[in-house]
Amino acid sequence: MIHSVLGEGVTALCCATALFDRGLDVEVIVPDGAPEPASRFAGGMLAPFCEGESAPDLIVAKGQAAVNWWAAHVPGVVRQGTLVVAPPRDVSELERFARATREHDWVSPGDLEPDLAGRFARGLFFSSEAHLDPRQALASLRSRLESRGVSFRTGAPRGWIVDCRGLASREDLADLRGVRGEMLIVHAPDVALTRPVRLLHPRFPCYIVPRENGRYMIGATMVESARRGGVTARAAMELLSAAYTLHPGFAEAEILELGAGLRPSFPDNIPAIRHAADRIHVNGMYRHGFLMAPVCAEQLATELAELHVHAD
Amino acid sequence: MFYGVDLTSRLMLGTAQYPSPQVLLEAIEASGAEVITVSLRREGAAGGAFRDLLAKSRCRLLPNTAGCHTVREAVTTARMAREVFGTSWIKLEVIGHADTLQPDPFALVEAARVLCAEGFDVFPYTTEDLIVGEKLLEAGCKVLMPWGAPIGSGQGLRNLAGLRTMRAHFPDVPLVVDAGIGAPSQAAQAMELGFDAVLLNTAVAKAIDPVGMARAFGRAIQAGREGHQAGLMPERDMASASTPVFGLAELA
Repeated sequence: MIHSVLGEGVTALCCATALFDRGLDVEVIVPDGAPEPASRFAGGMLAPFCEGESAPDLIVAKGQAAVNWWAAHVPGVVRQGTLVVAPPRDVSELERFARATREHDWVSPGDLEPDLAGRFARGLFFSSEAHLDPRQALASLRSRLESRGVSFRTGAPRGWIVDCRGLASREDLADLRGVRGEMLIVHAPDVALTRPVRLLHPRFPCYIVPRENGRYMIGATMVESARRGGVTARAAMELLSAAYTLHPGFAEAEILELGAGLRPSFPDNIPAIRHAADRIHVNGMYRHGFLMAPVCAEQLATELAELHVHAD
Repeated sequence: MFYGVDLTSRLMLGTAQYPSPQVLLEAIEASGAEVITVSLRREGAAGGAFRDLLAKSRCRLLPNTAGCHTVREAVTTARMAREVFGTSWIKLEVIGHADTLQPDPFALVEAARVLCAEGFDVFPYTTEDLIVGEKLLEAGCKVLMPWGAPIGSGQGLRNLAGLRTMRAHFPDVPLVVDAGIGAPSQAAQAMELGFDAVLLNTAVAKAIDPVGMARAFGRAIQAGREGHQAGLMPERDMASASTPVFGLAELA
């Protein structure tokens, strides 16, 4: 029987890919008139160890599989690690971050990113982490599926329904909530960074992820709100001043985009596969979409492949 | 007694910055807190899902006006909070300085006057300044919440002498040390000084193990309060042997 995967974000595309890779019959139902998937606004950091600062061990342990998964499926996975720094007066934040995480080394940031030389005395380097461009990765997954004959269509789902619609599934998932995130994309030719850099700050933490051609993604706020709509002036101000603190070259950057999305999240902020009467939900990626969607997708594909073997 | 409400636990817990709502609920449970603060300014009306989760804690909610910098903002936020949360309790914060987040005492007194007149039970976040405290009482507040140190700084009781004086000056007013507490020992110290409660957030939310830290704070506050009630011994300049010298063995 065919598997209808609902959604067009990272969860849906990973699920469709994993199911297809197991030889299962798959189609993707693109919801009509849905808001842009939250994953379009993601940082694209594959950083399980950094996320361990606030995420539970499960995310750190399982998320490590994400780097290889992405590298096996799409081009453009950059394995340059993550650098974490803090302004001089907030170095205690760096100590805390080191205590809360593992698989890092103390480094002189300028040795890794010459542009930061002299600006930060110490930093933490997570060498096994990676990053990608979320929009390119999503487009690559889609064309990979399409080139193998998987159809993308609108309309009613059929067969086995795998529901990956994020917050749009809220009517079926009562404990799903939105956590608002705001981000910017800038063009900053004066700044040369090769890997994601996280700037710790007690009130305005931010991360900067390099994209191609001198572009950078600056993110992201975390607000317990399901409000849609544009980036607030406050969020833009906080993110930009954090970026400026990291490197003054960001002051001259051209702002290409301001974006806001709602991260679908369960109360424990851990993604889940849930079985309902007529469908399987894969949802609640929170801020771990690119890290955890492949993990959930592979788990789902294993379950379904086994189920079908037994059914046959 | 806080506006007619007696509390068993003297810990009031903030609800921001936790790894997840689930961890927050577990921390509240472990701490034994019966009052939790909740903000409205940034989340706005669309933060309903998070507030529904907080309702599961069965704690009394103390909405705050965190992030407000003017009388008007604070008053508007307080009115909205009363509607959203269905309580007349409001923790009144009017921030005067973006970097230190210290309260603006002038705007605070003005906002307190407006809100008390509208029937709010106001918990004003203030400094240890006695005159500001008196003006707040005169405006209608029946609780005062002096800071220990700037919000989120974890510096503990930065002006110990000032806080002692404040306790002595307002013997019958419930006083809550709010903000700046970083360690359970600091919270215990506030309780030993005779303060009626401690309000904190970051020290628990940003601990490596928030649930464990919440439990530690709950116990420290209990210990500090019991110590105060039992009567602390005075400090002395000289040693005073705790074992009597009578009955020592005579070693030939």
